[in-house]
Amino acid sequence: MTVHNFYMFDRYGQLLFYAEWNRLRQSGITREEEAKLMYGMLFSIKSFVSRISPLDNTSGSREGFHCYRTSKYALHYMETPTGLKLVLNTDNVAVNVHELLKQIYSQVYVEYVVKNPLCNLSEPIKSDLFEAQLDAVVKQSHVFTSKPT
Amino acid sequence: MSRQGARLDAKKVNSELFTLTYGTLVSQLLKDYENVDEVNKQLERMGYNIGIRLIEDFLARTGSGRCYDFKDTAEKIQAGFRIFLGVSPTISNWGPGGDEFSLIFESNPLTEFVELPDHCLNLKYCNILAGVLRGACEMVQMEVTSWFVQDQLKGDNVTELRVKFIKRLEDAIPAGED
Repeated sequence: MTVHNFYMFDRYGQLLFYAEWNRLRQSGITREEEAKLMYGMLFSIKSFVSRISPLDNTSGSREGFHCYRTSKYALHYMETPTGLKLVLNTDNVAVNVHELLKQIYSQVYVEYVVKNPLCNLSEPIKSDLFEAQLDAVVKQSHVFTSKPT
Repeated sequence: MSRQGARLDAKKVNSELFTLTYGTLVSQLLKDYENVDEVNKQLERMGYNIGIRLIEDFLARTGSGRCYDFKDTAEKIQAGFRIFLGVSPTISNWGPGGDEFSLIFESNPLTEFVELPDHCLNLKYCNILAGVLRGACEMVQMEVTSWFVQDQLKGDNVTELRVKFIKRLEDAIPAGED
């Protein structure tokens, strides 16, 4: 199992943080363009999912979308009620990735960004401590064990 | 509520330290502004800035999702007071439209060891709480306002914080959509 890369967006769609581990192919566009593309897709999927859902789960659109899977990788998505969006790409056999996303939120983002008064919440995260902790949490996770074959 | 706070979760920080730190803050503001109304405003503003961060901590700890209705919100706010201040205010006096309620505090850790001097009768000593609520709710797309109707420091039996729902804030659409 492996983790490819990670995106974090704020509630206005700004890319707060990007990290990658085993990414074998780059998109060939700048990081900003890529982030916009990614956010736009997430936004569309969310509204698609909430509109097309045959079930009426009233708390609706926000909890609606969790992940998608292609033949090669899986994209896992988590959104907090404050609109923070975390995206993790893994291979498609990874399990319990949502636990990892929650852990990143509560043990890395909240601890090292929210509780750091020097980190402006509406700007991309520049904290080295955050970066190091994120890396540690992801690498310790059982989702991140082997290199892709 | 510093980083140590989270690490030392088992043995929480002594509430007296917090009470006294808050007291120092208020008295410093009174010195700096020499104007009670301005102090009220500053406390609210500081609370707002605390609230927009505190909500993330609250969500991370409780894992709670979005609120179904304002009653749900009220209960979550109550839970928040339990987590961060160690007090359980009672929820009561719902407004007819269900968009207004009161939080009743029998005791309030902020106001321990506090007596208001005569020239401070207009001071809303705990106004920081109103700011915290506004900031935290704003981050979850809810505009609320709150104010003190009763205050133990002013001779009332209990402290009553009235919370009113104003409107839902809409989600931002990414640039270029629609």
